[in-house]
Amino acid sequence: MHSTHFWLTRPFRERSTQLFLGVLLAAMTLVTLLHVAVPQGHPLYVNAYTVNLFGKYLSYALLAVAVDLVWGYLGILSLGHGAFFALGGYAMGMYLMRQIGDRGVYGDPVLPDFMVFLSWENLPWYWLGFDMAWFAFLMVLLVPGALALVFGFLAFRSRVTGVYLSIITQALTFALMLAFFRNEMGFGGSDGLTDFREILGFNLRSDATRLGLFLASGVALALGYVVCRAIVGSKLGRVCVATRDAEARTRFLGYRVERFQLFVFVVSAMLAGLAGALYVPQVGIINPSEFSPLFSIEIVLWVALGGRGTLYGAVIGAILVNYAKTYFTGAMPDAWLFALGGLFVLVTVFLPRGVAGLLAYRLKRRRRSDDDGASGNENSATGSEATP
Amino acid sequence: MSLLRSLADRDRVFDFLVPAASPVDVRHGPILYLEDVTVSFDGFKAIDNLNLTIDDGELRCIIGPNGAGKTTMMDIITGKTRPDTGSVWFGSRHDLLMMNEPEIASLGIGRKFQKPTVFEALSVFENLELAMAADKRILPTLTARMSGEVRDRIEEGVDTIGLAALRDRPAGILSHGQKQWLEIGMLLMQRPRLLLVDEPVAGMTEQEMERTAELLTGLAGKQSVVVVEHDMGFVRSIARQVTVLHQGSVLAEGSMDQVASDPRVIEVYLGAEADADEEMV
Repeated sequence: MHSTHFWLTRPFRERSTQLFLGVLLAAMTLVTLLHVAVPQGHPLYVNAYTVNLFGKYLSYALLAVAVDLVWGYLGILSLGHGAFFALGGYAMGMYLMRQIGDRGVYGDPVLPDFMVFLSWENLPWYWLGFDMAWFAFLMVLLVPGALALVFGFLAFRSRVTGVYLSIITQALTFALMLAFFRNEMGFGGSDGLTDFREILGFNLRSDATRLGLFLASGVALALGYVVCRAIVGSKLGRVCVATRDAEARTRFLGYRVERFQLFVFVVSAMLAGLAGALYVPQVGIINPSEFSPLFSIEIVLWVALGGRGTLYGAVIGAILVNYAKTYFTGAMPDAWLFALGGLFVLVTVFLPRGVAGLLAYRLKRRRRSDDDGASGNENSATGSEATP
Repeated sequence: MSLLRSLADRDRVFDFLVPAASPVDVRHGPILYLEDVTVSFDGFKAIDNLNLTIDDGELRCIIGPNGAGKTTMMDIITGKTRPDTGSVWFGSRHDLLMMNEPEIASLGIGRKFQKPTVFEALSVFENLELAMAADKRILPTLTARMSGEVRDRIEEGVDTIGLAALRDRPAGILSHGQKQWLEIGMLLMQRPRLLLVDEPVAGMTEQEMERTAELLTGLAGKQSVVVVEHDMGFVRSIARQVTVLHQGSVLAEGSMDQVASDPRVIEVYLGAEADADEEMV
């Protein structure tokens, strides 16, 4: 009668999730086919560089979904999610560093090059274990999760919300950036971690590995999306929306609001960490600039552009903005910031609920003309009317 | 300090050994006692030596001019404001001053705010679902699956407040009166022992007021209801017992007719309401 897995399988019965997963799967298959089956030089051929680029977009999309989970549904505008992304990235980077082994410039079998350069004798204790993939992959989730747990516990217990919380999240990521810039921290200072060679024994520079990472990013995005959808579609998700709109009222109903906030915040941080871990092997470097407050704000822009509180809007926003960024920085490098600013102004003025809002509006109009009345109840929790 | 003192009491079980979720003890009659409660904000005494007793199953109206301390009294009972001195007991077992807001809510004290606050993005049905008494910890909430019995109770709640036609519409589109009923419905879903209702008919039309009166009088007997209200006509239509608050303490108590003929009440409230209002502004 009371199945505990019900909440996890529910998303698969929702039409919007089926559609999302369908489109994602189709896109992944298409890119793979165009890369593998089409001969090089053919106009439809997708080269390894582009596959790699798409993989990067997908990891950004997962990050955007994580931000939308806390911002769109819980009403917490985190301007520091880049910190969780970067920590996941560093955990992956440490694993990749240890995989280099004695093939580094200095040929030390254990110490990464930058430690030899700083004439360190031993590996710091927090680098231990990262030569094992399972341990490193676990840390990808646990380190951002633990930071979110401690940070969230302190913030939510003191009922810090709204602008103040946004400011502290900015301070958090800024403080971490400054800390990671220091050589003594043992994370490579301003250069960060780079010069990776292998992941799980696969050469990172080979096309096949790049395709594999692209597909892994797609699968991670699908998983992250389903987990988020399961959360927001459950009663817990409705408690989140209730908290977003009337926190005191929710508390009076007997919900320990701060615990719900903490739970969702930690889940979101772990997803952001996972996104970072997929991003790093695809770009080949992780350095403190990922902690930059500007990057965290940019993530929020992706979500706002795509449409807050829909999850799929975050994916659309992340891919759209980053595609535009790639295009503009290539075609006219000086215009990129103006383009981003212009895009944001346009969306705020003409599409207050983002691209997803436009899609939902179109769909609703078509459905209304198809059959009058009989509106579905499923989407009422997700159809957040709130504007940022 | 109070913990040490309670340890020294030999004639009863230590407070911390009594499970917090133990049922409310109303064998002695009253469900709520406020004793010598005083609260001041920046030197202004919002509540001054207030004594109040509500019996189990009673419908009580509390009236008084603006600034008489009605809302502050509600805040104290629900744990939002801590009094400087005095004691507040729920039944004869639960010291409300030792508890926080969610604990008090889960004990069975529901509160309806002056301004209707419903969850606007959620449907009427979902609003009632969230309000319903259930295991409200994280994992049970995450994995909650609606049973037929629960669904029936929510449907029943939707019918009680007369919003069946708007069951699946977002609460944001409801009229002011409908929101008030939805909020009362949300309180009922918690199966409260004590219901605190703050100015339920403010801004309502005549018909809406009548429906609200029906709703509230229908509840009395099943649960204790405390209504804070400004509208004398409405109070007359529902009240059995009336308490008049003035400057943070009880001025008079009795039936509506008794209270209305009390010269002190006439002076400070009924006769000179306009003056009192001016004074507070």
